[in-house]
Amino acid sequence: MNKAIHMSLPDATTPTDPSANIVSVRGITKFYGSDVHALEDVNLDFPTGQMTTLLGPSGCGKTTLLKIIAGLLETTSGEVMVKGKAVTSPGPERAFVFQDFALLPWATVTRNVAFGLELTGVPLKEREAKAKSYIDKVGLSGFEDKYPHELSGGVRQRVGLARALAVDADVLLMDEPFSAVDEQNRRKFQEDLLHLLSVENKTVIFVTHSIEEAVYVSDQIVLLSPRPGRIHSIIRPELDRSSSPDDIRRDKVYLDTVEEIWGNIREYLD
Amino acid sequence: MKVAGYEIPPVFSLLIWIGLWEVAGRMDLAFILPPFSSVLGELTTLIVRHDFLAAAWQTFQAFAIGMFFAITGGIALGFIMGTNKTANSILGMWVNIFASAPLSSVVPVLMLLFGLGQLTVVVIVVLFSIWIIALDTYAGVHHTSNSLKEMGRSFGANKTQLLFKILFWAALPEILAGVRLGLIRAVKGIVIGQLLLSVVALGRMFRTFSDNFQFEEFWALTLILFVFALLFSTLIGRLESKVEYYAGTRD
Repeated sequence: MNKAIHMSLPDATTPTDPSANIVSVRGITKFYGSDVHALEDVNLDFPTGQMTTLLGPSGCGKTTLLKIIAGLLETTSGEVMVKGKAVTSPGPERAFVFQDFALLPWATVTRNVAFGLELTGVPLKEREAKAKSYIDKVGLSGFEDKYPHELSGGVRQRVGLARALAVDADVLLMDEPFSAVDEQNRRKFQEDLLHLLSVENKTVIFVTHSIEEAVYVSDQIVLLSPRPGRIHSIIRPELDRSSSPDDIRRDKVYLDTVEEIWGNIREYLD
Repeated sequence: MKVAGYEIPPVFSLLIWIGLWEVAGRMDLAFILPPFSSVLGELTTLIVRHDFLAAAWQTFQAFAIGMFFAITGGIALGFIMGTNKTANSILGMWVNIFASAPLSSVVPVLMLLFGLGQLTVVVIVVLFSIWIIALDTYAGVHHTSNSLKEMGRSFGANKTQLLFKILFWAALPEILAGVRLGLIRAVKGIVIGQLLLSVVALGRMFRTFSDNFQFEEFWALTLILFVFALLFSTLIGRLESKVEYYAGTRD
Protein backbone atom coordinates (compact mmCIF):
# COMPACT_ATOMS: atom_id res chain seq x y z
CA MET A 1 0.00 0.00 0.00
CA ASN A 2 1.26 3.39 -0.87
CA LYS A 3 0.70 6.29 1.45
CA ALA A 4 2.14 8.90 -0.86
CA ILE A 5 -0.52 11.43 -1.68
CA HIS A 6 -1.12 12.56 -5.24
CA MET A 7 -2.33 16.03 -5.90
CA SER A 8 -4.34 17.41 -8.73
CA LEU A 9 -2.36 19.64 -11.08
CA PRO A 10 -2.92 23.37 -10.67
CA ASP A 11 -4.32 24.85 -13.86
CA ALA A 12 -3.67 28.24 -15.36
CA THR A 13 -6.80 29.77 -13.88
CA THR A 14 -6.08 28.83 -10.27
CA PRO A 15 -5.55 32.06 -8.35
CA THR A 16 -2.26 32.17 -6.53
CA ASP A 17 -2.28 32.63 -2.80
CA PRO A 18 1.04 34.32 -2.05
CA SER A 19 0.92 33.47 1.64
CA ALA A 20 0.63 29.73 0.99
CA ASN A 21 2.78 29.56 -2.14
CA ILE A 22 5.85 31.76 -2.16
CA VAL A 23 6.64 30.89 -5.79
CA SER A 24 4.17 30.05 -8.55
CA VAL A 25 4.70 29.51 -12.24
CA ARG A 26 1.90 29.91 -14.74
CA GLY A 27 1.85 28.66 -18.32
CA ILE A 28 5.62 28.45 -18.69
CA THR A 29 6.64 27.48 -22.22
CA LYS A 30 10.25 27.56 -23.33
CA PHE A 31 11.80 27.13 -26.76
CA TYR A 32 15.55 27.22 -27.35
CA GLY A 33 15.88 28.76 -30.79
CA SER A 34 13.01 27.60 -32.96
CA ASP A 35 13.29 23.82 -32.75
CA VAL A 36 14.19 22.77 -29.21
CA HIS A 37 10.98 22.66 -27.20
CA ALA A 38 12.13 22.47 -23.57
CA LEU A 39 8.97 23.18 -21.58
CA GLU A 40 5.26 23.16 -22.44
CA ASP A 41 2.65 25.01 -20.38
CA VAL A 42 4.01 24.29 -16.91
CA ASN A 43 1.82 25.38 -13.97
CA LEU A 44 3.20 24.81 -10.50
CA ASP A 45 2.94 26.10 -6.94
CA PHE A 46 5.78 25.98 -4.46
CA PRO A 47 4.41 26.04 -0.89
CA THR A 48 6.17 28.38 1.54
CA GLY A 49 8.66 26.69 3.83
CA GLN A 50 8.61 23.39 1.96
CA MET A 51 11.05 21.50 -0.17
CA THR A 52 9.88 20.82 -3.71
CA THR A 53 11.91 18.62 -6.02
CA LEU A 54 11.85 18.76 -9.79
CA LEU A 55 12.55 15.23 -10.91
CA GLY A 56 12.70 13.63 -14.30
CA PRO A 57 14.87 11.95 -16.91
CA SER A 58 17.52 14.05 -18.61
CA GLY A 59 16.08 16.38 -21.21
CA CYS A 60 12.86 17.00 -19.29
CA GLY A 61 13.72 20.67 -18.77
CA LYS A 62 14.03 20.58 -14.98
CA THR A 63 17.18 22.74 -14.88
CA THR A 64 15.62 25.05 -17.50
CA LEU A 65 12.57 25.50 -15.27
CA LEU A 66 14.78 26.20 -12.24
CA LYS A 67 16.82 28.79 -14.15
CA ILE A 68 13.63 30.44 -15.37
CA ILE A 69 12.45 30.70 -11.76
CA ALA A 70 15.89 32.11 -10.87
CA GLY A 71 15.48 34.77 -13.56
CA LEU A 72 18.60 33.55 -15.37
CA LEU A 73 16.65 32.42 -18.44
CA GLU A 74 13.79 34.13 -20.22
CA THR A 75 10.55 32.33 -20.86
CA THR A 76 9.01 32.08 -24.30
CA SER A 77 5.63 32.58 -22.65
CA GLY A 78 4.17 32.38 -19.17
CA GLU A 79 5.17 34.04 -15.95
CA VAL A 80 6.93 33.45 -12.65
CA MET A 81 5.39 34.90 -9.51
CA VAL A 82 7.50 35.36 -6.39
CA LYS A 83 5.62 36.55 -3.28
CA GLY A 84 2.74 37.47 -5.55
CA LYS A 85 4.79 39.63 -7.94
CA ALA A 86 5.78 38.68 -11.48
CA VAL A 87 9.58 38.51 -11.90
CA THR A 88 11.80 38.28 -14.99
CA SER A 89 15.27 38.72 -13.47
CA PRO A 90 17.20 37.52 -10.40
CA GLY A 91 16.21 39.09 -7.09
CA PRO A 92 17.33 39.11 -3.45
CA GLU A 93 14.49 36.81 -2.37
CA ARG A 94 16.01 33.94 -4.39
CA ALA A 95 19.49 32.40 -4.03
CA PHE A 96 21.02 29.81 -6.35
CA VAL A 97 23.19 26.80 -5.57
CA PHE A 98 25.05 25.60 -8.66
CA GLN A 99 25.71 22.09 -9.86
CA ASP A 100 29.38 22.89 -10.52
CA PHE A 101 29.59 25.05 -7.36
CA ALA A 102 30.52 28.25 -9.31
CA LEU A 103 33.01 29.37 -6.68
CA LEU A 104 35.51 32.13 -7.40
CA PRO A 105 38.79 30.21 -7.75
CA TRP A 106 40.83 33.27 -6.75
CA ALA A 107 38.93 33.90 -3.53
CA THR A 108 39.09 32.25 -0.12
CA VAL A 109 36.17 30.34 1.37
CA THR A 110 35.28 33.40 3.47
CA ARG A 111 35.20 35.73 0.48
CA ASN A 112 33.24 33.21 -1.58
CA VAL A 113 30.62 32.80 1.14
CA ALA A 114 30.44 36.59 1.55
CA PHE A 115 30.36 37.26 -2.20
CA GLY A 116 26.60 37.79 -2.45
CA LEU A 117 26.85 40.31 0.39
CA GLU A 118 29.88 41.95 -1.25
CA LEU A 119 27.83 42.53 -4.41
CA THR A 120 25.08 44.27 -2.48
CA GLY A 121 27.57 46.54 -0.74
CA VAL A 122 27.53 45.12 2.81
CA PRO A 123 30.60 46.51 4.68
CA LEU A 124 33.60 44.15 4.93
CA LYS A 125 33.50 43.52 8.70
CA GLU A 126 29.80 42.86 8.70
CA ARG A 127 29.81 40.48 5.75
CA GLU A 128 32.81 38.55 7.05
CA ALA A 129 31.11 38.08 10.40
CA LYS A 130 27.99 36.85 8.64
CA ALA A 131 30.03 34.57 6.37
CA LYS A 132 31.79 33.14 9.39
CA SER A 133 28.51 32.23 11.08
CA TYR A 134 27.28 30.37 7.96
CA ILE A 135 30.67 28.71 7.47
CA ASP A 136 30.20 27.28 10.96
CA LYS A 137 26.59 26.28 10.26
CA VAL A 138 27.47 24.24 7.18
CA GLY A 139 30.30 22.57 9.11
CA LEU A 140 33.29 24.28 7.50
CA SER A 141 34.99 25.81 10.54
CA GLY A 142 38.74 25.85 9.93
CA PHE A 143 38.36 26.15 6.15
CA GLU A 144 37.91 29.95 6.18
CA ASP A 145 41.18 30.81 4.45
CA LYS A 146 41.33 27.89 2.02
CA TYR A 147 40.94 28.30 -1.73
CA PRO A 148 38.42 26.23 -3.72
CA HIS A 149 41.11 24.13 -5.42
CA GLU A 150 42.24 22.95 -1.99
CA LEU A 151 38.78 21.53 -1.22
CA SER A 152 36.95 18.34 -2.21
CA GLY A 153 33.69 18.45 -4.19
CA GLY A 154 31.54 17.96 -1.10
CA VAL A 155 33.29 20.73 0.79
CA ARG A 156 33.05 23.07 -2.21
CA GLN A 157 29.32 22.56 -2.39
CA ARG A 158 29.01 23.35 1.32
CA VAL A 159 30.69 26.67 0.46
CA GLY A 160 28.11 27.16 -2.32
CA LEU A 161 25.32 26.42 0.14
CA ALA A 162 26.74 28.79 2.76
CA ARG A 163 26.97 31.54 0.13
CA ALA A 164 23.30 31.06 -0.76
CA LEU A 165 22.25 31.03 2.90
CA ALA A 166 24.33 34.11 3.74
CA VAL A 167 22.25 36.44 1.54
CA ASP A 168 19.20 35.47 3.58
CA ALA A 169 16.92 34.77 0.63
CA ASP A 170 13.55 33.17 1.30
CA VAL A 171 13.88 30.74 -1.57
CA LEU A 172 16.84 28.47 -2.25
CA LEU A 173 17.16 27.20 -5.82
CA MET A 174 19.39 24.14 -5.96
CA ASP A 175 20.49 22.72 -9.31
CA GLU A 176 21.57 19.09 -8.81
CA PRO A 177 23.71 20.27 -5.90
CA PHE A 178 24.99 16.81 -4.97
CA SER A 179 25.65 15.36 -8.41
CA ALA A 180 29.36 16.22 -8.23
CA VAL A 181 29.67 14.98 -4.63
CA ASP A 182 30.71 11.41 -3.90
CA GLU A 183 28.12 8.97 -2.53
CA GLN A 184 29.17 8.84 1.15
CA ASN A 185 29.46 12.61 1.38
CA ARG A 186 26.19 13.02 -0.47
CA ARG A 187 24.21 11.11 2.17
CA LYS A 188 25.80 13.06 4.99
CA PHE A 189 25.23 16.29 3.09
CA GLN A 190 21.53 15.44 2.50
CA GLU A 191 21.05 14.85 6.21
CA ASP A 192 22.87 18.06 7.11
CA LEU A 193 20.83 19.98 4.55
CA LEU A 194 17.53 18.75 5.99
CA HIS A 195 18.66 19.65 9.48
CA LEU A 196 19.86 23.09 8.38
CA LEU A 197 16.64 23.81 6.48
CA SER A 198 14.46 22.87 9.43
CA VAL A 199 16.32 25.55 11.42
CA GLU A 200 16.58 28.20 8.70
CA ASN A 201 12.96 28.02 7.53
CA LYS A 202 13.62 28.28 3.79
CA THR A 203 11.56 27.31 0.79
CA VAL A 204 13.67 25.07 -1.42
CA ILE A 205 13.30 24.20 -5.07
CA PHE A 206 15.59 21.31 -5.76
CA VAL A 207 16.53 19.73 -9.09
CA THR A 208 17.80 16.18 -9.13
CA HIS A 209 17.81 13.07 -11.28
CA SER A 210 18.17 10.80 -8.26
CA ILE A 211 14.84 9.28 -7.24
CA GLU A 212 16.13 8.22 -3.81
CA GLU A 213 17.44 11.72 -3.16
CA ALA A 214 14.14 13.29 -4.23
CA VAL A 215 12.05 11.04 -1.98
CA TYR A 216 14.44 11.42 0.93
CA VAL A 217 14.57 15.20 0.98
CA SER A 218 11.22 16.37 -0.46
CA ASP A 219 7.87 17.47 0.85
CA GLN A 220 6.64 17.59 -2.72
CA ILE A 221 8.03 15.89 -5.82
CA VAL A 222 7.18 17.18 -9.28
CA LEU A 223 7.74 14.49 -11.86
CA LEU A 224 8.40 15.92 -15.32
CA SER A 225 8.07 14.14 -18.63
CA PRO A 226 10.72 14.68 -21.31
CA ARG A 227 10.75 16.86 -24.46
CA PRO A 228 8.84 19.01 -24.17
CA GLY A 229 8.88 19.05 -20.37
CA ARG A 230 5.39 18.73 -18.90
CA ILE A 231 4.19 17.90 -15.42
CA HIS A 232 3.58 14.16 -15.26
CA SER A 233 2.47 14.04 -11.62
CA ILE A 234 2.97 15.60 -8.23
CA ILE A 235 3.76 13.31 -5.33
CA ARG A 236 3.89 14.15 -1.63
CA PRO A 237 5.79 11.42 0.23
CA GLU A 238 4.31 11.19 3.73
CA LEU A 239 7.47 10.27 5.56
CA ASP A 240 7.90 10.46 9.29
CA ARG A 241 10.68 13.03 9.38
CA SER A 242 11.17 12.66 13.10
CA SER A 243 12.73 9.22 12.76
CA SER A 244 16.44 8.74 12.11
CA PRO A 245 17.86 9.03 8.57
CA ASP A 246 18.57 5.30 8.48
CA ASP A 247 15.02 4.46 9.54
CA ILE A 248 13.60 6.75 6.89
CA ARG A 249 15.65 4.99 4.23
CA ARG A 250 14.24 1.63 5.42
CA ASP A 251 10.70 2.96 5.74
CA LYS A 252 8.07 1.20 3.62
CA VAL A 253 6.56 4.46 2.40
CA TYR A 254 10.00 5.65 1.33
CA LEU A 255 10.75 2.44 -0.57
CA ASP A 256 7.29 2.24 -2.18
CA THR A 257 7.45 5.86 -3.33
CA VAL A 258 10.88 5.28 -4.89
CA GLU A 259 9.54 2.22 -6.70
CA GLU A 260 6.43 4.01 -7.93
CA ILE A 261 8.41 6.94 -9.32
CA TRP A 262 10.84 4.55 -10.97
CA GLY A 263 7.88 2.81 -12.61
CA ASN A 264 6.74 6.15 -13.99
CA ILE A 265 10.15 7.21 -15.25
CA ARG A 266 10.93 3.85 -16.79
CA GLU A 267 8.27 4.33 -19.45
CA TYR A 268 10.22 7.30 -20.80
CA LEU A 269 13.45 5.42 -21.06
CA ASP A 270 12.31 2.78 -23.54
CA MET B 1 68.90 17.13 -16.86
CA LYS B 2 70.90 14.61 -14.84
CA VAL B 3 74.45 13.55 -15.48
CA ALA B 4 75.93 10.71 -13.40
CA GLY B 5 73.25 11.20 -10.76
CA TYR B 6 73.85 14.94 -10.38
CA GLU B 7 71.19 17.49 -11.22
CA ILE B 8 72.59 19.87 -13.83
CA PRO B 9 71.03 23.33 -13.63
CA PRO B 10 69.53 24.63 -16.91
CA VAL B 11 72.05 27.47 -16.90
CA PHE B 12 74.72 24.90 -17.65
CA SER B 13 73.74 24.54 -21.31
CA LEU B 14 74.14 28.29 -21.63
CA LEU B 15 77.63 27.98 -20.21
CA ILE B 16 78.50 25.36 -22.83
CA TRP B 17 77.42 27.69 -25.62
CA ILE B 18 79.35 30.57 -24.09
CA GLY B 19 82.39 28.30 -23.88
CA LEU B 20 82.03 27.38 -27.55
CA TRP B 21 81.66 31.05 -28.43
CA GLU B 22 84.85 31.86 -26.49
CA VAL B 23 86.79 29.09 -28.23
CA ALA B 24 85.49 30.03 -31.67
CA GLY B 25 86.30 33.67 -30.99
CA ARG B 26 89.85 32.92 -29.91
CA MET B 27 90.42 30.74 -32.98
CA ASP B 28 89.63 33.82 -35.10
CA LEU B 29 87.19 31.82 -37.22
CA ALA B 30 85.19 34.84 -38.29
CA PHE B 31 85.92 38.48 -37.84
CA ILE B 32 82.34 39.20 -36.82
CA LEU B 33 82.71 36.91 -33.81
CA PRO B 34 85.14 38.21 -31.19
CA PRO B 35 85.73 36.07 -28.05
CA PHE B 36 82.99 36.23 -25.44
CA SER B 37 85.39 37.55 -22.81
CA SER B 38 86.27 40.61 -24.87
CA VAL B 39 82.55 41.20 -25.54
CA LEU B 40 82.00 41.12 -21.80
CA GLY B 41 84.87 43.52 -21.31
CA GLU B 42 83.34 45.86 -23.84
CA LEU B 43 79.96 45.49 -22.15
CA THR B 44 81.32 46.85 -18.87
CA THR B 45 82.72 49.94 -20.56
CA LEU B 46 79.66 50.32 -22.78
CA ILE B 47 77.06 50.40 -20.00
CA VAL B 48 78.68 53.43 -18.38
CA ARG B 49 79.08 55.42 -21.57
CA HIS B 50 76.93 58.55 -21.69
CA ASP B 51 75.73 58.04 -25.23
CA PHE B 52 74.71 54.47 -24.38
CA LEU B 53 72.84 55.50 -21.25
CA ALA B 54 71.03 58.23 -23.14
CA ALA B 55 70.14 55.83 -25.95
CA ALA B 56 69.04 53.13 -23.51
CA TRP B 57 66.89 55.59 -21.60
CA GLN B 58 65.28 56.83 -24.79
CA THR B 59 64.62 53.29 -25.90
CA PHE B 60 63.20 52.34 -22.55
CA GLN B 61 60.88 55.36 -22.63
CA ALA B 62 59.55 54.39 -26.04
CA PHE B 63 59.15 50.83 -24.79
CA ALA B 64 57.34 51.84 -21.60
CA ILE B 65 55.00 54.31 -23.30
CA GLY B 66 54.26 51.86 -26.11
CA MET B 67 53.62 48.99 -23.71
CA PHE B 68 51.31 51.16 -21.64
CA PHE B 69 49.10 51.81 -24.65
CA ALA B 70 49.40 48.24 -25.89
CA ILE B 71 48.37 46.75 -22.54
CA THR B 72 45.47 49.11 -21.83
CA GLY B 73 44.32 49.07 -25.45
CA GLY B 74 44.79 45.33 -25.89
CA ILE B 75 42.91 44.43 -22.71
CA ALA B 76 40.08 46.83 -23.57
CA LEU B 77 39.87 45.43 -27.10
CA GLY B 78 39.87 41.85 -25.77
CA PHE B 79 37.06 42.64 -23.33
CA ILE B 80 34.96 44.31 -26.00
CA MET B 81 35.42 41.30 -28.28
CA GLY B 82 34.80 38.83 -25.45
CA THR B 83 31.58 40.41 -24.22
CA ASN B 84 29.99 41.61 -27.45
CA LYS B 85 29.31 39.22 -30.30
CA THR B 86 28.83 41.94 -32.90
CA ALA B 87 32.10 43.61 -31.94
CA ASN B 88 33.85 40.26 -32.11
CA SER B 89 32.60 39.49 -35.59
CA ILE B 90 33.72 42.92 -36.79
CA LEU B 91 37.06 43.15 -34.97
CA GLY B 92 38.04 39.50 -34.55
CA MET B 93 39.22 38.94 -38.08
CA TRP B 94 41.37 42.08 -38.13
CA VAL B 95 42.95 41.40 -34.78
CA ASN B 96 43.84 37.89 -35.96
CA ILE B 97 45.34 39.21 -39.17
CA PHE B 98 47.43 41.83 -37.39
CA ALA B 99 48.55 39.35 -34.76
CA SER B 100 50.03 37.06 -37.40
CA ALA B 101 51.07 39.61 -40.05
CA PRO B 102 54.78 40.38 -40.61
CA LEU B 103 54.52 43.90 -39.24
CA SER B 104 58.16 44.74 -39.93
CA SER B 105 57.15 45.37 -43.51
CA VAL B 106 54.94 48.29 -42.52
CA VAL B 107 57.69 50.03 -40.57
CA PRO B 108 58.79 52.12 -43.60
CA VAL B 109 55.19 53.31 -44.00
CA LEU B 110 55.09 54.24 -40.33
CA MET B 111 58.30 56.23 -40.84
CA LEU B 112 56.56 58.22 -43.55
CA LEU B 113 53.49 58.72 -41.38
CA PHE B 114 55.09 59.51 -38.04
CA GLY B 115 58.57 60.77 -38.95
CA LEU B 116 61.98 59.46 -38.03
CA GLY B 117 61.71 59.91 -34.29
CA GLN B 118 60.53 58.54 -31.00
CA LEU B 119 56.83 58.60 -32.00
CA THR B 120 57.39 56.02 -34.72
CA VAL B 121 59.17 53.74 -32.26
CA VAL B 122 56.28 54.02 -29.82
CA VAL B 123 53.79 53.21 -32.57
CA ILE B 124 55.88 50.20 -33.58
CA VAL B 125 55.91 48.88 -30.00
CA VAL B 126 52.13 49.25 -29.80
CA LEU B 127 51.53 47.61 -33.18
CA PHE B 128 53.81 44.70 -32.40
CA SER B 129 52.29 43.83 -29.03
CA ILE B 130 48.67 45.01 -28.84
CA TRP B 131 47.11 42.27 -30.98
CA ILE B 132 48.40 39.28 -29.05
CA ILE B 133 47.30 40.93 -25.79
CA ALA B 134 43.84 41.51 -27.27
CA LEU B 135 43.60 37.93 -28.53
CA ASP B 136 44.65 36.37 -25.24
CA THR B 137 42.35 38.64 -23.26
CA TYR B 138 39.51 37.69 -25.57
CA ALA B 139 40.25 34.00 -25.05
CA GLY B 140 40.23 34.48 -21.27
CA VAL B 141 36.96 36.40 -21.24
CA HIS B 142 35.32 34.10 -23.77
CA HIS B 143 36.19 30.96 -21.82
CA THR B 144 35.02 32.23 -18.45
CA SER B 145 32.68 29.52 -17.22
CA ASN B 146 29.04 30.28 -17.81
CA SER B 147 28.06 29.28 -14.31
CA LEU B 148 30.43 31.89 -12.82
CA LYS B 149 28.64 34.55 -14.87
CA GLU B 150 25.24 33.14 -13.88
CA MET B 151 26.39 33.08 -10.26
CA GLY B 152 27.25 36.77 -10.47
CA ARG B 153 23.90 37.63 -12.01
CA SER B 154 21.88 35.52 -9.59
CA PHE B 155 23.52 37.26 -6.62
CA GLY B 156 22.67 40.64 -8.09
CA ALA B 157 25.89 41.76 -9.80
CA ASN B 158 25.47 44.73 -12.12
CA LYS B 159 27.46 45.00 -15.37
CA THR B 160 30.39 46.83 -13.76
CA GLN B 161 30.62 44.31 -10.93
CA LEU B 162 30.40 41.43 -13.39
CA LEU B 163 33.31 42.96 -15.29
CA PHE B 164 35.60 43.88 -12.41
CA LYS B 165 34.72 41.27 -9.81
CA ILE B 166 34.34 38.22 -12.06
CA LEU B 167 35.35 38.50 -15.72
CA PHE B 168 38.63 40.35 -15.15
CA TRP B 169 39.88 37.90 -12.53
CA ALA B 170 38.67 34.90 -14.45
CA ALA B 171 40.56 36.11 -17.54
CA LEU B 172 43.67 37.25 -15.65
CA PRO B 173 45.84 34.17 -16.35
CA GLU B 174 45.28 34.61 -20.11
CA ILE B 175 45.73 38.37 -19.89
CA LEU B 176 49.13 37.93 -18.23
CA ALA B 177 50.17 35.34 -20.80
CA GLY B 178 49.20 37.84 -23.49
CA VAL B 179 51.16 40.64 -21.82
CA ARG B 180 54.25 38.42 -21.57
CA LEU B 181 54.06 37.50 -25.26
CA GLY B 182 53.33 41.15 -26.07
CA LEU B 183 56.45 42.28 -24.20
CA ILE B 184 58.64 39.86 -26.12
CA ARG B 185 57.16 41.02 -29.39
CA ALA B 186 57.65 44.64 -28.34
CA VAL B 187 61.37 44.07 -27.74
CA LYS B 188 61.56 42.55 -31.20
CA GLY B 189 59.64 45.48 -32.59
CA ILE B 190 61.81 48.06 -30.92
CA VAL B 191 65.01 46.50 -32.26
CA ILE B 192 63.62 46.16 -35.76
CA GLY B 193 62.15 49.65 -35.63
CA GLN B 194 65.28 51.37 -34.41
CA LEU B 195 67.46 49.41 -36.82
CA LEU B 196 65.34 50.39 -39.77
CA LEU B 197 65.18 53.97 -38.61
CA SER B 198 68.91 53.82 -37.68
CA VAL B 199 68.88 57.41 -36.52
CA VAL B 200 67.32 56.87 -33.11
CA ALA B 201 68.83 55.71 -29.84
CA LEU B 202 70.08 52.13 -29.73
CA GLY B 203 69.37 51.59 -33.41
CA ARG B 204 71.82 54.29 -34.23
CA MET B 205 74.45 52.70 -31.99
CA PHE B 206 73.85 49.32 -33.61
CA ARG B 207 74.30 50.89 -36.98
CA THR B 208 77.45 52.74 -36.00
CA PHE B 209 79.00 49.64 -34.45
CA SER B 210 78.32 47.40 -37.41
CA ASP B 211 79.36 50.04 -39.96
CA ASN B 212 82.68 50.50 -38.16
CA PHE B 213 83.27 46.79 -37.59
CA GLN B 214 83.14 47.29 -33.80
CA PHE B 215 81.87 43.78 -33.14
CA GLU B 216 82.75 43.67 -29.45
CA GLU B 217 80.46 46.64 -28.91
CA PHE B 218 77.86 45.23 -31.30
CA TRP B 219 77.59 41.94 -29.42
CA ALA B 220 77.70 43.67 -26.06
CA LEU B 221 74.67 45.73 -27.09
CA THR B 222 72.87 42.60 -28.33
CA LEU B 223 73.57 40.84 -25.03
CA ILE B 224 72.13 43.76 -23.10
CA LEU B 225 68.92 43.61 -25.13
CA PHE B 226 68.68 39.84 -24.60
CA VAL B 227 69.06 40.21 -20.86
CA PHE B 228 66.50 43.00 -20.85
CA ALA B 229 63.91 40.92 -22.73
CA LEU B 230 64.61 37.90 -20.52
CA LEU B 231 64.26 39.97 -17.37
CA PHE B 232 60.87 41.36 -18.36
CA SER B 233 59.47 38.06 -19.46
CA THR B 234 60.70 36.43 -16.22
CA LEU B 235 59.03 39.15 -14.17
CA ILE B 236 55.71 38.61 -15.92
CA GLY B 237 56.25 34.86 -15.64
CA ARG B 238 56.51 35.29 -11.87
CA LEU B 239 53.17 37.13 -11.84
CA GLU B 240 51.67 34.41 -13.98
CA SER B 241 52.73 31.67 -11.61
CA LYS B 242 51.00 33.58 -8.83
CA VAL B 243 47.65 33.28 -10.57
CA GLU B 244 48.35 29.83 -11.99
CA TYR B 245 46.90 28.10 -8.96
CA TYR B 246 43.45 29.00 -10.08
CA ALA B 247 43.98 28.89 -13.81
CA GLY B 248 44.51 25.13 -13.59
CA THR B 249 41.38 24.52 -11.55
CA ARG B 250 38.86 26.05 -13.93
CA ASP B 251 36.68 24.14 -16.29
